[in-house]
Amino acid sequence: MGNWMIVPVVLPAVMAALTVLAVRHDLVLQRVFSAATVLALLVVSIVLVFHAAHTGPEMYSLGNWPTPFGIVLVLDRLSAMMVLLTSILAAIVWFYSAREWDKRGKHFHALFLFQLMGVNGAFLTGDFFNLFVFFEVLLIASYGLMLHGAGEHRLKAGLQYIIVNLTGSSLFLIGVGLIYAVTGTLNMADLALKVPLVPDSDLALLKAGALILFLVFCIKAAMVPMHFWLPGTYANAPAPVAALFAIMTKVGAYSILRLYSLAFGGSAGDLSWLVAPYLLPAAIVTLVVGMVGVLAAKQLNRMVAFAVVGSMGTMMISVSLFTPDSVAAGLYYMLHSTFAGAAMFLVADLIISRRGQYGGVLNAAPDIRQSGLIAAMFFMAAIAMASMPPLSGFLGKLQILTAARESQYAVWIWAVILGTSFLNIVAFGRAGSVLFWKSSAIEGEIQTASDQTFPKQTVIAAGMMLAMLVGLTVFAGPITGYLHDTSVELFDTTDYIRAVMGADTPIAEITTVAPFAQ
Amino acid sequence: MEFLVASSIGLLTACGVYMLLRGRTFPVVIGLSLLSYAVNVFLFAMGRLQVDLPPIISDSAPGYTDPIPQALVLTAIVISFGMTALIVVLALRTYLEIGNDHVDGLSGGPTDTGEQE
Repeated sequence: MGNWMIVPVVLPAVMAALTVLAVRHDLVLQRVFSAATVLALLVVSIVLVFHAAHTGPEMYSLGNWPTPFGIVLVLDRLSAMMVLLTSILAAIVWFYSAREWDKRGKHFHALFLFQLMGVNGAFLTGDFFNLFVFFEVLLIASYGLMLHGAGEHRLKAGLQYIIVNLTGSSLFLIGVGLIYAVTGTLNMADLALKVPLVPDSDLALLKAGALILFLVFCIKAAMVPMHFWLPGTYANAPAPVAALFAIMTKVGAYSILRLYSLAFGGSAGDLSWLVAPYLLPAAIVTLVVGMVGVLAAKQLNRMVAFAVVGSMGTMMISVSLFTPDSVAAGLYYMLHSTFAGAAMFLVADLIISRRGQYGGVLNAAPDIRQSGLIAAMFFMAAIAMASMPPLSGFLGKLQILTAARESQYAVWIWAVILGTSFLNIVAFGRAGSVLFWKSSAIEGEIQTASDQTFPKQTVIAAGMMLAMLVGLTVFAGPITGYLHDTSVELFDTTDYIRAVMGADTPIAEITTVAPFAQ
Repeated sequence: MEFLVASSIGLLTACGVYMLLRGRTFPVVIGLSLLSYAVNVFLFAMGRLQVDLPPIISDSAPGYTDPIPQALVLTAIVISFGMTALIVVLALRTYLEIGNDHVDGLSGGPTDTGEQE
């Protein structure tokens, strides 16, 4: 694939710098620049996905230093798919924000592009210090985006968000330091080769390092008890930014999946499936906390944010079983929950902006503009969030439940997933009836700010996000096939390691197949 | 030397965590800085502590010291420096907009102007 692999990282970086330096005073040009970048990314990432599906993992060494001394990017099915997911999400978010939201503060598009650079880099990198650097890039951009347009609540939530993530960054470095001290490598593929060879006397240190790193990824993925930052941040962030942030929790999930299936997976000897015993209970509790939060939330935005926490729980339950079927199911649910969460944030913004002085509080207000259309969109997004048929969430949950049947904790997983789905249905059903049905009985006027506009573009963008869910459902067959191959590739690390370390690298034997097999 | 470095890292971390858990933004910022100093020294020590050795293999020296942690520390210092600057500005802005410097942004009530934590 030559140099194409670097495009998803370099292109947004260059365009973001250009946007700040060259066209900072011209909003139209900024929009054009970022639209061009997003479209180019979309094309490149589709090409990358097809390439990864045909040729398997491939490496790109930055600066042409030999591995494991230089930094590498690695393209495989999983990273290509994540980059494509980011590009699609970014394109729709761009469309939503390029009418009205990007006017509310400066440098929206530059920050947006830097964010894409960080996210793509985190997905493509094959080196875990480099992963730290890309995490910082995407976080720095997200701080700016989060505070876009400012306002009291947003500043307060933004401050907490930044403090949590800075603490997380410190922990990340401690984890990286410990792993480097024991194994002497920062390259993930090289680490996979070194972990089985670590002497017993150093195992405890390595385990501590790996688990501290796991803690950091859990902060990003909003797993209980590190989820506290998410509801406040997502509920107070500008709507398009919250929709874009739907990919950020997935960066944490991706990192967990990548590092702990490659380096601490079946071939890691004593450290095989290191995180599984912690991940499964954390994921179950996350799901419960998320859905109880949905039920308890008094504001629409917070409700959606808690639903995002819950969906991370569902997805991570599936990932934590670490079997090819369960990971494929988890990845399908991840695609679904990214689009569903983003769609719900956009629809919630459409509702809240139309409710004027009533805002996002879940109480009855007079009829809003276009209430029929918006109610239909809310209904569809709510079906997706609650994983009801006929949309893709149902297919995802069905796959997860099927994959969990062979685990020794099947009863727990089934009970929690089905029980919380019920809470979710109740909560969204209640919210919908309060927002749309009770409203017709209320007299009075909604007052909106005089400069408030209701551009069609935003409605179309939210509709596009919902259309992605329909697409996921209609093309569930080919997508599941691709994800199954992805999952097989994740568990048979031979190709990945040989792509990075050279074709004749001896591979450690896989000793443990799955952590929770009966 | 190992004992000295290890205990100073421990002390820095302990102070950093304590400050981080305070309720107002200024101690929290100080706590984050202390924590990042501790992390920097820790990363540096992860390449093993060596005295008077060059970070490159050389015939005239008896050994070498691992250069990678030094490069990592450099990156970490730059990032934490930038982040500290950002959070100071943000803390100031939040104080000016909200009118108090509580991390959880309590507004109104006696804690707004009083000295109590």
